[in-house]
Amino acid sequence: MTDAPASKRRFQMTRRKMILGGTLAGGALVIGYTATHPMQAAGALLSGGGPEPEESAFGSFIRISPDGWVTVVNKQQELGQGIHAGLAAMIAEELDADWDRVRVVSARANFRAYGPQITAGSRSVASNWNPMRNAGAAARAMFVAAAAMRWSVPRRLIDVRDGVVSHGPSGRSATFSELLADAGRQATPQTPVLKEAKDYRLIGTDRVRRKDSLPKSIGAQIYTQDVQLPDLLVAMVAHSPRFGGRLARFDAVAARSVRGVVDVFAIETGVAVVAKNTFAARRGRNALTIEWDNSEAEKRSTADLVRYFHDVAAGRTDVEPSDFHSKGEDPEAAFSADAVEFSFDFPYLAHAPMETLDCVARVDGWDVKIISGSHLATVDQVQAARVALTVPGRVDVDVIPAGGSFGRRGIMGADYLVECVRIAKRMPRRPIKLIWTREDEMSSGFFRPMSHHRVLVELGKDGFPARWRHRTVSQPLLPLGPNAQAVEGVAESPYLAAAKVIDGKIYSPTFSVPVAFWRSVGHSHNAMVMEHIVDQLARRVGRDPAGYRRALYRRAGAKRHLAVLHELCRRAGWGTGLEAGWARGLAIHECFGTVVGQIAEVRIDEGRPIVRRVVAVVDCGIAISPDQIAAQMEGGIGFGLSAALFGAVTIKDGVVQETNFDSYPVIRMNEMPSIETYILPSTNRPTGMGEPGVPPIAPAIANAILALTGSPTNSLPMLQAGASNGGFSFPHRTVA
Amino acid sequence: MAYSLWVNGKTHHVDEDGQTPLLWVLRDALKLTGTKYGCGVAQCGACTVHIDGQPVRSCSFPLEAASAAQIVTIEGCDGAEANAIRNAWVTRDVPQCGFCQSGQIMSAVALLRATPAPSDAEIDLAMSGNICRCGTYNRIRAAIHDAAGQVRSTQS
Repeated sequence: MTDAPASKRRFQMTRRKMILGGTLAGGALVIGYTATHPMQAAGALLSGGGPEPEESAFGSFIRISPDGWVTVVNKQQELGQGIHAGLAAMIAEELDADWDRVRVVSARANFRAYGPQITAGSRSVASNWNPMRNAGAAARAMFVAAAAMRWSVPRRLIDVRDGVVSHGPSGRSATFSELLADAGRQATPQTPVLKEAKDYRLIGTDRVRRKDSLPKSIGAQIYTQDVQLPDLLVAMVAHSPRFGGRLARFDAVAARSVRGVVDVFAIETGVAVVAKNTFAARRGRNALTIEWDNSEAEKRSTADLVRYFHDVAAGRTDVEPSDFHSKGEDPEAAFSADAVEFSFDFPYLAHAPMETLDCVARVDGWDVKIISGSHLATVDQVQAARVALTVPGRVDVDVIPAGGSFGRRGIMGADYLVECVRIAKRMPRRPIKLIWTREDEMSSGFFRPMSHHRVLVELGKDGFPARWRHRTVSQPLLPLGPNAQAVEGVAESPYLAAAKVIDGKIYSPTFSVPVAFWRSVGHSHNAMVMEHIVDQLARRVGRDPAGYRRALYRRAGAKRHLAVLHELCRRAGWGTGLEAGWARGLAIHECFGTVVGQIAEVRIDEGRPIVRRVVAVVDCGIAISPDQIAAQMEGGIGFGLSAALFGAVTIKDGVVQETNFDSYPVIRMNEMPSIETYILPSTNRPTGMGEPGVPPIAPAIANAILALTGSPTNSLPMLQAGASNGGFSFPHRTVA
Repeated sequence: MAYSLWVNGKTHHVDEDGQTPLLWVLRDALKLTGTKYGCGVAQCGACTVHIDGQPVRSCSFPLEAASAAQIVTIEGCDGAEANAIRNAWVTRDVPQCGFCQSGQIMSAVALLRATPAPSDAEIDLAMSGNICRCGTYNRIRAAIHDAAGQVRSTQS
């Protein structure tokens, strides 16, 4: 946060230029992120006034040091999903680098160098697949060219393996280190030749492992919470307990007298207490007396909202629907009386990453420095600039790994980051570390939206859906547009393909409880809706749920679903016997281009579902890191299981009731099932893995309960959560 | 008020209110940031340290009660069990976001010292005070078994 890091970087750049013979000049050296015209314009706008992008002879994403180590610059945010290793493997594969001499550093926010830095939608692997491979292949070609020139041999006879360039016929070889200066002087090929998947030596092997397990196992990984700087002050903010509440007046006399408290002042989001350490800030905040103006605040309770959503779905309010899927003749005509009706309710969910929200910021005139684990770095620059009254290019964002996020650190409005900048602006040149307590995080909103779903299915003579009516009620996640997130996983479902008539409508009520992207977004509830409905339909017509799905996938031409289903049933022993009291439940769902199937083995113990084993099959295209794909499957199942069993944030008279892990339980080790992950071989372009493991687990469990008891699960969570539920039981069925 | 604190084999003098949770003394005064804040109410275990050899949630342990004790944090956690646990964690790539792992490791080391060959049920019991939102539980359990085997094989 002092100027030292920046000047140090400049020094390193200068030194590198000297090493590389001073050949760094012009845009031709940029490999990888190819700026198109609109992107260049955006880069100029967003980065204007800021430092030039850090350059290397091998482009923005690759630096090679004289000792031969390859440093990969990770433009995405590492949140635990292991993206740093995935991107590094793409580069190392094409570069034929020695994986054991590849390290990864986080990119600072810089649109000109890296393009948009947005980690969302499980897209980091897919969106970087071509840029990273191109960057690696181009750098490899430069080493080959350098060796060909040095040895006066044709390039086509030169091979590269594990960071060693060799010429077979002459037996000559040289390391990256030995060729570095010459390679840096080569022209950068703009369309380098990429390997075919069959030639991969690194991608798809168990050698692609995380690079950060050691620091994370010795307490050495620095998160935002851990940042220490000279003169650092710690801030906490007292927020309105109700959404839309405003500060009326406050008395800070007692807070100011707390030892260690430096200042207390009002900001847009509440009252900030700035102190010499965290505990003093917290004590100071506790000592505040605040009166809130609740005239425009949300004062309803969850029960009111559930009733309201049901009224909205029934067309009894002024919320107008929009079509998301309309097919066939007169889709709005009445369905026959024997159509099957389904109703689902889902609660708000908090993200509850282990690291609560925090940010470090320092404002000095036009210059803003931020250290943050946020995953929208180039958006954060804009948001910080807006409140600091500067230009985005003058906002230096040092992106460091986050202690989880699950979407909470990816709010477009960057709420906590903006709050930190506002406080720092009031205390010029003092680095401010804003810490939110767990209670602050859970009661801050930006929840996975609650939702209500009403579905009417008319079965054809063949027993498959002929007419499908779908009503989804969910607050929109974006201020504009069709609220597509509310129905993702429904609109493109293979189960709709056979229906001749589809009448799909979204209702998007807006009110002051903020909602946000939550790991797997709309899929987090829509997989439950679609997969639990299809199981109930299968049982209604006396078909095996796997066979029923198979027929529907065939009709829809859903080949990847078919392949996942086949492998899943084989691996899980679908159709084979289980001990008395146990049943299997099946769910398959496509999320962000990745198809995941899960079969859960479940029994019911005193009304509580016990999940002992989950078999998972995934088609995520080319598997870059099988071990990390398995890790994300395990994590996704654990995350989805917490939500399915316990997850609910409720409000009472507008006040959030679940504010810590005592009232918002998440699964613990004794509740974690064994998990087996099988990856379908594929030569398709890779798709993401951070989120798609989450959606199928809830319906897999619900379908097992259906098999055991015959009764459907019409709402989540399956179990009542903590003691304080706002005096309201979420309308869940007690498992028989 | 001034307190002497015995942390990781060294004596530290801190001038803080006696009610200050040990967690914040470690993090803010001693700059031992490997111990994390996750909930503040002894629910998540991210702040687990050893006090006289026992795993304790430092967020709910006041400074005045800690001043007579031997405190070990992740930075100072050493010995055969600790080394085996760390090796197993890295070998299996247990961490994802990693934020809970200091606390997980402190609980796991304490478990192995008390129970050199823990069963799954004993592991579940010892580790159920530590939440991991990334869901690394199965790898943690497997790594504890690995580490237990490693300690036994080096001692036999």
